[in-house]
Amino acid sequence: MLEIKNLSKTFNAGTVNAKTALDGLSLTLNDGDFVTVIGGNGAGKSTLLNAIAGVFQPDTGDIILDGVRLNGVPEHKRAKYLGRVFQDPMMGTAANMQIDENLALAKRRGALRGLRWGINPSEHAEYRKLLLTLDLGLEDRLTSKVGLLSGGQRQAVTLLMATLKQPKLLLLDEHTAALDPKTAAKVLDITEKIVSENKLTTLMITHNMRDAIRYGNRLIMMREGKVVVDVSGEAKQKLTVEALLELFTKASGGDEFLSDRAILS
Amino acid sequence: MEAFFNGLPYAVAQGLIWGIMAIGVFITYKVLDVADLTVDGSIATGGAVFVVTCNAGMNVALCMLLAFAAGCIAGTVTGLIHTVCGIQPILAGILTQLMLWSLNYKIMDRANTALMKDTFITMNIDLLGYTITWALLICIGIVLLLYLFFGTEFGCAIRATGDNEHMSRAQGINVNFNKVFGLMLSNGLVAFSGAMLAQYQGAADIKMGSGAIVIGLASIVIGTSLVSKLTRNFAITLIGTVVGAVIYFSIYQFVVNLDFSTELLKMLSAIVVLIFLAVPNLKKKYFSVKRSKKVAAEASVAEKGGEENA
Repeated sequence: MLEIKNLSKTFNAGTVNAKTALDGLSLTLNDGDFVTVIGGNGAGKSTLLNAIAGVFQPDTGDIILDGVRLNGVPEHKRAKYLGRVFQDPMMGTAANMQIDENLALAKRRGALRGLRWGINPSEHAEYRKLLLTLDLGLEDRLTSKVGLLSGGQRQAVTLLMATLKQPKLLLLDEHTAALDPKTAAKVLDITEKIVSENKLTTLMITHNMRDAIRYGNRLIMMREGKVVVDVSGEAKQKLTVEALLELFTKASGGDEFLSDRAILS
Repeated sequence: MEAFFNGLPYAVAQGLIWGIMAIGVFITYKVLDVADLTVDGSIATGGAVFVVTCNAGMNVALCMLLAFAAGCIAGTVTGLIHTVCGIQPILAGILTQLMLWSLNYKIMDRANTALMKDTFITMNIDLLGYTITWALLICIGIVLLLYLFFGTEFGCAIRATGDNEHMSRAQGINVNFNKVFGLMLSNGLVAFSGAMLAQYQGAADIKMGSGAIVIGLASIVIGTSLVSKLTRNFAITLIGTVVGAVIYFSIYQFVVNLDFSTELLKMLSAIVVLIFLAVPNLKKKYFSVKRSKKVAAEASVAEKGGEENA
């Protein structure tokens, strides 16, 4: 499904600020994998997702999605295959456009945008039904500007937009980190529902170890631009926070355990 | 006062013509969220191309289309300087404006050229009603076309580009293409308005666009402050912009009649725009300071109460 081979990226190469964000990372996702990604700050989690999305071109390595080599394909063209939700709730939606207009834009992801109407009357019923599944009371506010919604509501709408046209791969970059715990739990529940209903292959970054264990069928841990832990299936289901911390200590050689433990837990 | 009322029809005609330019500026300033200074040059380009082609005996409507096309090219150049060369849009616009200054001179082969032919837009008082009708019809036509266009899939994508680039790219929208297209359309309309202005004045002049951006912005801020409380409908906001231009030229007319030195008019225009743009920001700041002071005062009262209780 997704094959990442020997992916490297160094920002500000050749200067004193050089930072190797990805260091020969390789990763293969199978169809329908729901992978949670954890790791300390600067481990390269977001960089990995941005590399897949095409925000920048990697220095070396290949990204192959369903047999299509994505290297060199610009961000807006890759969007055809990818659904994305960002950490910042402001980033995923157009604040000055209506909810229905945002959804209509997302429905046409990957399609040629011509001179047909931007939104058909028949789409309203579809969108109302979708918004109803969120259970946030948005189904009656189709023509409200998205800027009037709360952060949690905006993330939920972004999630719908990312999956309205079924993506081959869903990229969630700490999409609940900016929300209060209650809203975050709600958005995560919606996420799981959408992912399992559509059998979406998903990469979800999280800072919360419990969420990383609870959601998905596979967990990877990153450190210094590499995947250092990769557990799936039964082993993943049996994981506990303590076991995860131990795995991390082993993977990092123990030195940086204390500082990273603070970040992770 | 009588002189002012006698001058009003001129203000209306001028306002409608400049209103088309203001609509062009609206596309960049409000829809794309870009301050484009190309317009000071492209309005004169439109005038120059119109006068030269019209004097050469071409059909008037065709000449206006050519002026529109010339403006489109100017906007495309700004767009490419911005997107391909990665230069800030405001600087890209200034560079194109500078190029156009020389180019406009070359098109006319001098600094100004008189129009040798009568057209359907003129300053002639007997025909002013005729001029106003034409200008009004053209304004309505343009507003209608733009309203329809920005409702299409492509038009929605351009609006999204101006609203949130991150989201647009994530949804597969080619933001660079849309920006170039928006700048192209905007400057096309500005040059079209320049062609009408040249007919109205009976001449094109390389200086006819100086300060145009300020008039465009003034029209937009006056127009949006008029209609924004009532509706956010796109077509009505565009109509509001045209009305804003008419109001601007009525004020202008009023000031001229006050025996105000005309050299000071540009200063006045700039101050009007400054006030309209600054007031909402200052208001926000004032009220938030007031609110935080109130909160602080309440907090200190609560603290004192707590101490007494202890």
